[in-house]
Amino acid sequence: MKITEQEVRRVAELARLELAEAELKRMTHDLDEILAHMDKLRELDTTGVEPMAQVLFPGAENSTLRADEPREPLQHEDAMANAPAAGSGHFKVPRVIER
Amino acid sequence: METGKLTIAAVQEALRSRQISARELTQAALRTAQEENPKTNAYLLLAEERALRAAEAVDAALARGEDPGPLAGVPVAVKDNIVTRGVRTTCGSRLLEKFVPPYDATAVERLERAGAILLGKTNCDEFAMGSSNENSAFGPVRNPVAPERVPGGSSGGSAAAVAQGTAVAALGSDTGGSIRQPASFCGVVGLSPTYGRVSRYGLVAFASSLDRIGPLARNVRDAALLLQAVAGRDERDSTSACAPVPDYAAAITGEARGLRVGIPREYFEGLTPDTAAQMDKARALLGRLGCELREISLPHTEYAIPCYYILCTAEASSNLARYDGVRYTWRAPQAETLAEMYSLTRGQGFGAECKRRIMLGTYVLSAGYYDAYYLKAQKVRTLITRDFLAAFGQVDVIATPVSPFPAFRLGEKLDDPLQMYLSDIFTITASLAGLPAISVPCGKTPEGLPAGLQLIGPHFGEPVLFRLGDAFERAGGGAL
Repeated sequence: MKITEQEVRRVAELARLELAEAELKRMTHDLDEILAHMDKLRELDTTGVEPMAQVLFPGAENSTLRADEPREPLQHEDAMANAPAAGSGHFKVPRVIER
Repeated sequence: METGKLTIAAVQEALRSRQISARELTQAALRTAQEENPKTNAYLLLAEERALRAAEAVDAALARGEDPGPLAGVPVAVKDNIVTRGVRTTCGSRLLEKFVPPYDATAVERLERAGAILLGKTNCDEFAMGSSNENSAFGPVRNPVAPERVPGGSSGGSAAAVAQGTAVAALGSDTGGSIRQPASFCGVVGLSPTYGRVSRYGLVAFASSLDRIGPLARNVRDAALLLQAVAGRDERDSTSACAPVPDYAAAITGEARGLRVGIPREYFEGLTPDTAAQMDKARALLGRLGCELREISLPHTEYAIPCYYILCTAEASSNLARYDGVRYTWRAPQAETLAEMYSLTRGQGFGAECKRRIMLGTYVLSAGYYDAYYLKAQKVRTLITRDFLAAFGQVDVIATPVSPFPAFRLGEKLDDPLQMYLSDIFTITASLAGLPAISVPCGKTPEGLPAGLQLIGPHFGEPVLFRLGDAFERAGGGAL
């Protein structure tokens, strides 16, 4: 076993993902199988190999900075338009701190 | 006018000779899409109002004697993970069922500036995660060539629309093969450009070190014209490349004599006999075109699947953290506390495959496992990339199958996620290395299912892909 149901519960908590009991069993089975396959990478000796985080090209092709000039941002009401709950120009969420 | 088989050149000819107006063409295309779409479910939405407005602008430009742009009047479908201002963009997810973006993706803006008509938004696997288009919350897409089979994924709707004749061309996104594989399954052309070649501003992020936007089209030239319109630096995407954009159509010379084409032996193992037979014919045709075929080796190929699925799930788990019930349209109604708002919204909103990838990604990034999985995979990514860089010292292009098998039946692999992942073996390597790769039709199997030949080029090597892809196509590659 690469991963136990207990560990799957813990990872779901980290991911803020509510899983039903049936989903949990299925998830444990799937992750176990996939992680076992991923172990194949252990065959390779990667001592001294640089990790590749991003595809990088030589300088000129990758100069990432633009001139630091102010420009028109997304309008506030446009940014809020898709909020499930909003009020007074803010996103509303369930109460976090009791009075 | 029959809109089902038009190419970009045919549209230009018809408009400029005034055989038809852009408005008439758009109306005809919308009507065809409306009538034909129930057969495949390729479109999730037709943007009628926006399309007609754009068509009228093209007609007005023509009437004033102005150039309406190289894609004037061309009905284009856009994958539904590319945002469109005022036009619902769902990413194939329940979570975004009512999401109406406040801005346009750069690629969409550039298409419209070139005169193209945004006809509608196409179905896809949820957040572009899948190889069959069966992970859409809005139902699967059927392959227009074989309706009981999948169109491939995740850009299955875009590929199906082009194959079905309800769009002349389309935009898709490709993270591990999501343009190339559906293009091959549906018998159309699909290109995943060099990483950074097309701005991702407005592409809903899945795995940021891998995601790309690219064209699907009926022929190689049309794919080149579409790329021409959308490629190039965009200061709103700091990962977009500054490299100058060449004239892609000019690269299409009609011949391929003398090109050195690498045939990597690792890519011809495990093919179904029918796919292997199509690849034999493809190799023979490349030889007849005067290409010099060289057997090469890309020795780390067998490590690509675990490497890719560690990296893409890790990035996905971060990127999908934003769907927390605060900003994007939907929140689980039962949530009473902040913690419940997060976990119930995500638990009820995401489909099974998204959850699986969020879980895998969270696991491989979690304390104690980071080095063994994520860091290890990043190092293996370096080795896979080095294989390619070494190969491009000897050859100009690498030719492989796109997929080990043609389109499979709906439901066939749905319950076996690992089998589904393994089907991406030939496309994910170029994704990991950031290389451009094109899928061109390579005839049909005896069952009548399209096969695809993948041509992989060096970084920014799109011109040689267009040149060879077009030569292959003209020499009858699609009818092998």
